[in-house]
Amino acid sequence: MATAVADRQYELVYIIPPESTEQQVTELHDQLAAVVERLHGAIEKTENWGRKRLAYDIGHYKEGVYVLEIINGSGELMKELDRRLRVMDQVFRHMIVRVDEEKKTIERTRTKRQSESERRRVKRGLPPQRQPGEGRSQDRDDLDDDRFDGAEV
Amino acid sequence: MPFGQKRTGGRGKAGDKKTGEKGQGQRRTLFRRRKVCKFCADKIDDINYKDVKLIGPFVPERGKILPRRISGTCAMHQRKLQTAIKRARQIALIPYVTD
Repeated sequence: MATAVADRQYELVYIIPPESTEQQVTELHDQLAAVVERLHGAIEKTENWGRKRLAYDIGHYKEGVYVLEIINGSGELMKELDRRLRVMDQVFRHMIVRVDEEKKTIERTRTKRQSESERRRVKRGLPPQRQPGEGRSQDRDDLDDDRFDGAEV
Repeated sequence: MPFGQKRTGGRGKAGDKKTGEKGQGQRRTLFRRRKVCKFCADKIDDINYKDVKLIGPFVPERGKILPRRISGTCAMHQRKLQTAIKRARQIALIPYVTD
């Protein structure tokens, strides 16, 4: 019955011990890919962030190899993946986040802003796109920049 | 002090008030700093938990999330920032606490 519409997109991040070899990483990836395949999903992208220092110790680990997988699939698939990752002892931390809806809203706000600015520019009798050398230059002195860019008390 | 004198003269009626109050008002204008939401100003739509460089300035030394009243972030972006920070914490990109 697991033929749900696979229009959802998830991001899976997992952390494995720093001493694991390249081969172990691909092995684990294939293992997960098999599960994804079996439940009618698809891995869209895999990113290996490599060895990173952890912000806090997990078990006795101070470092870990981060791997990110972007997966298109159903909720059942992710449930199964989550269950498996919990059991795997070589993965000491993982997280699954659903991203398709967020991506859509981001895209929507972006296009909305662009069309809005184009509309305003046309109304002012300007070409819809910003011309080079127009307005205040970007590399101006930052004296009047009040934006927050660091901690202060 | 020509500046101070000019100020009291210009104020007219307000100049009759207690001198202490006037001093306070001046100081406030001197030290206040206009706060702008960084994400609105830079037009950043995506506050992602993977982007530690972006989130970093909003997590001070101690590891707590910087309040809006200090950073000046708008409500919507503070909300997004909050989820991003919490996610980043889960996968150990940002600490929960540091002593």
